[in-house]
Amino acid sequence: MERTTMDLWVGIFAVAGAAALFGLALKVGNLTSSSVGETYTVTAAFENIGGLKPRAPVKSAGVVVGRVDNIQFDSKTFEANVTLKVDKRYPFPKDTFANIYTAGLLGEQYVGLEAGGDEQSLKDGDKISHTQDAVVLEKMISQFLYNKASESGDSKKAE
Amino acid sequence: MLKRLAEVLRGMGHRIIDRIWRLGSGARFFLYTLIYSGESFRRIHLTIREIYFTGVMSLLIILVSAFFVGMVLALQGYNTLQKYGSSEAIGVLVALSLVRELGPVVTALLFAGRAGTAITAEIGLMKTTEQLSAMEMMAVSPIARVVAPRFWAGVVSMPLLAALFSMVGVLGGYIVAVPVIGVDNGAFWSQMQANVDFQADIVNGVIKSVVFGVACTMIALFEGFDAPPTAEGVSRATTRTVVNSSLAVLGLDFILTSFMIVT
Repeated sequence: MERTTMDLWVGIFAVAGAAALFGLALKVGNLTSSSVGETYTVTAAFENIGGLKPRAPVKSAGVVVGRVDNIQFDSKTFEANVTLKVDKRYPFPKDTFANIYTAGLLGEQYVGLEAGGDEQSLKDGDKISHTQDAVVLEKMISQFLYNKASESGDSKKAE
Repeated sequence: MLKRLAEVLRGMGHRIIDRIWRLGSGARFFLYTLIYSGESFRRIHLTIREIYFTGVMSLLIILVSAFFVGMVLALQGYNTLQKYGSSEAIGVLVALSLVRELGPVVTALLFAGRAGTAITAEIGLMKTTEQLSAMEMMAVSPIARVVAPRFWAGVVSMPLLAALFSMVGVLGGYIVAVPVIGVDNGAFWSQMQANVDFQADIVNGVIKSVVFGVACTMIALFEGFDAPPTAEGVSRATTRTVVNSSLAVLGLDFILTSFMIVT
């Protein structure tokens, strides 16, 4: 079969399309940052995870060190079991704190890791015991109102 | 009075039954195309020829429109985003809207207009000039020889065109956002990378474009194959190709999106 210029154009088209897809994956998408390679898995139990979603970032000191892999409800302890995948390059001490924060006032929620002082580091499959729940705005407001009400009640009594 | 009513009802019923009939024969046509695909792959140069005519020849219109769509998105997005002091998010806006929706959908609409009409007109004319019957006389299946190569050419071309559309659109958005408006270059790309997910956004966009490719090419082929062998019939079939493909693309887009967003 002889080669024609048409074949050349089709070849160029296919290569350009594949290159565009590749460019999208690498330059636009998060393929480079999400497949950080080796990760280890740790779990953490939260009483309330707020709006945390799978694939939310795990940050420490503001740097993304991993991703939320899976969130499940434990019907024995009535807590949410969050599985985190953390990059193998970043070992964390055993007594690391896992907190759920919100990026900005109304932004997405992420897991913040605050390193403790333990000599030993977290291994694959370990559980983070120190956790802090997501801040639920309604709870805070109701608590604030309740406190205000009891304050004014106290001051009336004092009179 | 009753007679008129009966006539109207009869007309409606006739039209509905006709549509269902066409849908059924369209499905049978699709099945035949798949069955005869193996035969057409043995003469792969036919498919490559069709990729040249449907894919490569559509490149120019796809790339130019992608560039302008990207630039307009960046301009419009900047206009609103800067009110909230987050003009860096313009990269996310441009990339997500292109990769998820506009890339596959606009490519499919342009493809239906640029390549779909050509396919319908070509096959319709082949039928009118009895080339298809001649092939059958020579024991060459017109579906294997004419239809299947065009079908696979469309299915292969569409994802490639959609990927090129998205990439060029992002570049268009970049050109407006960074050198013209003056958004920070690093923030533009890093926010984009932080928010565009490979699996959820890019792969789903490719899946969409493959589905649109099947739908658009199949509609164009069937309309051509089914066209009444007259000049008027071919022209009507060409119009129907554009209308039906566009409707199918938009409807399928809604269905696919609702599957993909709800996870």
